[in-house]
Amino acid sequence: MKRIGVFVCHCGINIAGTVDIKRVVEAVKNFPGVVYVEDYKYMCSDPGQNLIREKIKSEKLDGVVIAACSPTLHEKTFRNTVSQAGINPYNCEIANIREQCSWVHTNMEEATEKAIRIVKSIVAKTLLDESLVPIKSPVVKRALVVGGGIAGIQAALNIANSGYEVVLVEKEPSIGGRMAQFSETFPTLDCAQCILTPKMVDVASNENIKLLTYSEVVDVSGSVGNFKVKIKKKAKSVDYEKCTGCGICVEKCPVKVPNEFDRGMSERKAIYTQFPQAVPNKPVIDRENCTYFQKGKCRLCERVCPFGAIDFEQEDEVIEEEVGAIVLATGYELYDVSNMGEYGGGELEDVIDGLTFERLLSSSGPTSGEVRRPSDGKVPKTVVFVKCVGSRDPEHHFPYCSKVCCMYTTKHAMLYKHRVPDGKAYIFYMDVRTAGKGYEEFYQRAQEEDGVIYLRGKVSKIYKSDGKLIVDGFDTLTGRKVQVEADMVVLAMAIRPSSGAEKLFNLLKVSTDANGFLTEAHPKLRPVESLTAGIFLVGCAQGPKDIPDSVSQANAAASMISVMFSQDYLIHEPIITGVNEDLCSGCGICVAVCPYDARKINREKGTVEVNEILCEACGACAAACPSGAAQQKNLTDRQIISMIKAILEE
Amino acid sequence: MIKPKIIAFYCKWCTSAGADLAGTSRLTYPPNVIPVRVMCSSRVDAEHVLEAFKNGADGVLIGGCHPGDCHYETGNYQTLKRVTLLKKMLEDLNIDPRRLRLEWVSAAEGKRFTEVVKEFTEEIAKLGELKVEKL
Ligand SMILES: Cc1cc2nc3c(=O)[nH]c(=O)nc-3n(C[C@H](O)[C@H](O)[C@H](O)COP(=O)(O)OP(=O)(O)OC[C@H]3O[C@@H](n4cnc5c(N)ncnc54)[C@H](O)[C@@H]3O)c2cc1C
Ligand code: FES
Repeated sequence: MKRIGVFVCHCGINIAGTVDIKRVVEAVKNFPGVVYVEDYKYMCSDPGQNLIREKIKSEKLDGVVIAACSPTLHEKTFRNTVSQAGINPYNCEIANIREQCSWVHTNMEEATEKAIRIVKSIVAKTLLDESLVPIKSPVVKRALVVGGGIAGIQAALNIANSGYEVVLVEKEPSIGGRMAQFSETFPTLDCAQCILTPKMVDVASNENIKLLTYSEVVDVSGSVGNFKVKIKKKAKSVDYEKCTGCGICVEKCPVKVPNEFDRGMSERKAIYTQFPQAVPNKPVIDRENCTYFQKGKCRLCERVCPFGAIDFEQEDEVIEEEVGAIVLATGYELYDVSNMGEYGGGELEDVIDGLTFERLLSSSGPTSGEVRRPSDGKVPKTVVFVKCVGSRDPEHHFPYCSKVCCMYTTKHAMLYKHRVPDGKAYIFYMDVRTAGKGYEEFYQRAQEEDGVIYLRGKVSKIYKSDGKLIVDGFDTLTGRKVQVEADMVVLAMAIRPSSGAEKLFNLLKVSTDANGFLTEAHPKLRPVESLTAGIFLVGCAQGPKDIPDSVSQANAAASMISVMFSQDYLIHEPIITGVNEDLCSGCGICVAVCPYDARKINREKGTVEVNEILCEACGACAAACPSGAAQQKNLTDRQIISMIKAILEE
Repeated sequence: MIKPKIIAFYCKWCTSAGADLAGTSRLTYPPNVIPVRVMCSSRVDAEHVLEAFKNGADGVLIGGCHPGDCHYETGNYQTLKRVTLLKKMLEDLNIDPRRLRLEWVSAAEGKRFTEVVKEFTEEIAKLGELKVEKL
């Protein structure tokens, strides 16, 4: 049997004032396993700790119980103390006789009785404690960032600038994300390109960043510190080693298709760069629209390319990368306007969404920044903006608030008024939410300086009559129906997770909420980590948010990753729940209850396996296991039951 | 042991921290409850509760984080499911299911912690000593 020493602290009068220390000491002497008991005024003081160390040696103790304050305060302290005297720290336990005993009871008799029971239960636990060593696993000091919007760019740059390699995977031909499509940004109205493109260029020129555009993650295995990722590089049909990005091929290509970047309001070629400041600034061939790939002839681009860079034979290539951490920055897209039949979405050409309006405002957009409506190119004299379209509508669409629409709609109305000073801008709103630095002032400015008209109420219907768009609404402030004859309508559509993101999230086994956004490991304390260790969430992939919030999250994730990479090994508490293979029938019940995906069925062996580094030690699996094969280290069923018995024994 | 005898399982992150707060705030409550600290309320198994009753406990209290607040995201939902089943099981064993109680107490709810303990202790006192023939 173990030789246990119990050290009872008076904590001045904090414990000794209501607990009869002498009686505790006398009672403890008789507990099984206890070979030595001593009390002292302040056990956590230097003399107190010295006393413990001395007695461990002189009494040959191999287990220690400290009856004192809450383990939250000094468990670490005392575990250090005992390890200095050569005992494995996991053989030292704390009996909380202060916060949960002496401080909450007034009757000495009763408090003493309770303290004795508490100490007895902890002695019973300690008797069965095993020596444990922290789990160590090596870290591959490279990160993968998926998604090259502002969030992914910021995360990649920060990690790279901390001295670690980053693989940045973007599915489109260029990085930049939604922000690259904007004209100006709230609340300062600085030009989006001016603040974004320098960062995009930094990504391209950073030696630590391996940029893989036109690429997608197709497989992931391994776990924190050591993921193996398969990435498919889609064939660009252009040899980027040779291509200088001169653009002659694009100019000569005879095929014209709607330009997605301009939301279909302009045309691009079959060989194209997404936008003038694209990074990398080299074209790809869209094989679905290329005459050569579809009909077998043309190859005009090949003939005009001065560098012989066109490569029709190029194939998709799958490469493998090893990384220690993954950042998910897959962003968002807008809920399609065609979901809003009552607003003429998808039917009426001049009913558009916010991103489309950004392109109309942008000086590099299809109208060079003049606001001209899609149907006939006329400058609209009355524009109606409708907020919360598809958001905050649990019955028909989505329950959540898309967060950025209040601000960007204000921005839109303001910028419209700057472009068309004699135009009228109406905003239909449910609420105006302007929490953010300078945001409320921005909203006030739109009303006061730019004369934007805010109408509180919902729009019931939008239809066309006599060449006008009739917007029927209800002003809840005046209690009257309102009707506005508009030339163009901009719908602030709900923010949705990127299409295709769900597939990726499933692949990575990271969980999402009911709306498809990534779930954080803890909503308050671990906001940029996923429940899967080593996988981080930033930007709109985690939920609707603006640029400053996306950047903050990216900085946070990058710094957490840098901390992780600053060590050669991941160190993990060893109180995990293991598997006794002799008892395990491989039923998999524990696999289902584990929130961290730490448990897996090994089909060959017919038992469950644990990835110790992923186990966070909640013990849910141990309770769920029907055979007792899953046991939490140093909190086994045997330990819990012996604690119960120790408490209740007369 | 002081009667009625109550065993309590508190999760480390919320309820045990709430109990500590009751202490640092110098609130008082009856001394009948002896705590067993677990990492999460979901660690508590039917076997633990039954062992407690078998060995003479008159009541068993399980304390976890509020729904949505479990340190391990979903642990307390497992606990809720398990306790619901366990109460049925207790009925079959002729043990009044009120003797087992699940409460959500957060780390900030020192006051609420004391109220829960007081109320539960009174309820168990009313139910009286548990006499189990065999378990
Ligand atoms: C109309 C409108 C106007 C706005 N105006 C402002 C403003 O003025 N100020 C402001 O602060 N905020 C504004 N916002 C919000 C802003 O757009 C977001 O905060 C920001 O773009 C979020 O960046 P992100 O990197 O998370 O996502 P995104 O910009 O969406 O970038 C995600 C990137 O990931 C890529 N990707 C997606 N899936 C995958 C995959 N499976 N594999 C690889 N790559 C993938 C995408 O192609 C994209 O490049 C506005 C939003 C809208 C809708
Ligand atoms: S940690 Fe408190 S209930 Fe799970």
